[in-house]
Amino acid sequence: MITKRIIPCLDVRDGRVVKGTNFIGIRDVESPVALARFYNESGADELVFYDITASFEKRALFTDILREVASEIFIPLTVGGGINEVSDFDRVLKCGADKVSINSGAIKNPRLISEAAKRYGNQCVVLSMDIKRVDGKFKIFAKGGRENTGIDALDWAKRGEDSGAGELVVNSIDTDGVKNGFDIELLEQIDKLVTIPIVASGGAGNIEHFVKLFKTLPRVDAGLAASIFHFKEVSIKGLKEELRRNNIEVRL
Amino acid sequence: MIAIVDYGVGNLFSIKSSLNFLGLENKVTNDANEIAEADRVILPGVGAFKDAIDKLKASGLDKVLKQFVETGKPLLGICLGMQMLFEKSFEYGEHEGLGFINGEVVALQDDVKSDLKIPQMGWNALELKQPNPLFKYTKQNDYVYFVHSYYAKNCEKSLIASVEYEIEVTAAVANGNVFGVQFHPEKSGDVGLNILRAFSEI
Repeated sequence: MITKRIIPCLDVRDGRVVKGTNFIGIRDVESPVALARFYNESGADELVFYDITASFEKRALFTDILREVASEIFIPLTVGGGINEVSDFDRVLKCGADKVSINSGAIKNPRLISEAAKRYGNQCVVLSMDIKRVDGKFKIFAKGGRENTGIDALDWAKRGEDSGAGELVVNSIDTDGVKNGFDIELLEQIDKLVTIPIVASGGAGNIEHFVKLFKTLPRVDAGLAASIFHFKEVSIKGLKEELRRNNIEVRL
Repeated sequence: MIAIVDYGVGNLFSIKSSLNFLGLENKVTNDANEIAEADRVILPGVGAFKDAIDKLKASGLDKVLKQFVETGKPLLGICLGMQMLFEKSFEYGEHEGLGFINGEVVALQDDVKSDLKIPQMGWNALELKQPNPLFKYTKQNDYVYFVHSYYAKNCEKSLIASVEYEIEVTAAVANGNVFGVQFHPEKSGDVGLNILRAFSEI
């Protein structure tokens, strides 16, 4: 049977991993390639690279790194950050990305989802959503969670699926960084609404949070996290062993 | 030399990188002579069946592949490249494939009745059905990575591995010197690299 996926997310700025300090005792602590290698060896099912480079000029650094990672690590790679046009898909796919995650770019131009899906296939288009409760309603936020777009998150998820997105990343701003567990309430609502794979993001603080996620919502496909993996608070191998003990299928 | 057939469909970066990583001489090419003279050929593919087979036929590479197979040298189809090895596909209509392997390609949706997701996206465990040199380094229940909405069926004789996705889904087939894998060996970690290595030794 298909396994639940565990996905570390690497935020890369100007060619370096952010939050990567003191990682795994390697001297070059912030090297995305070294980190990717480590996660591959620890049993990560997929890697997400998020380019948070602010300046356009430095963007080439990111594609260089991507190419380097994809030349030696042979698991699925998703790339996001700064994807605003179909040509941005082309740029990262040529460097070894398998899936491309879009967020603000799709809010600005919703047709980007269907255009990219038509050109590269649905499996390639990941719609990433930053969601926050406003007056009891789930709203889509832009600009790294700073700006309320007013778009209803459930409508947006459905629209994304209908436009051809092959996967949804549901990132809860309310639970992100709090480490109190995934936003089960939000995930449940989106899970009921769509049939494409869902990646849960935001709030994981320990192994139990992943167990609860997959036990409560068995249709959720994957759990994504960053700092708990980077800071070795949770090891991927330990996490997967515990999931298996709870009869949740994982690749070990 | 392993020729990776480039007929304008999909991204060949990872296949090429994985062969490079294994130290296997390879070339991405659409040149008939280079393909004919290669020791082995890999036929990749993503996207829609009709689009891909039309492009293959328009470039005359379908005939090149047929001649290649007749020489007895090994051919490996990956994902949509595997599906094209079959007689026909029912993806948006009915389309004729290369016909190297008996069977047909149909929608997972037609046969998977539960609320399992389509596409099948992620890692699944191989059930090896019969010994094959492609699996020289592969163990029962090794995990490989899938992304697909269609699958091959009615190919019992050539079925060498399957995975469970409510139903038994064809994961790998072989008919003499023609091999096909539905999953992505170039994205399946060490297990996948070992399958490519085994292919290079057939």
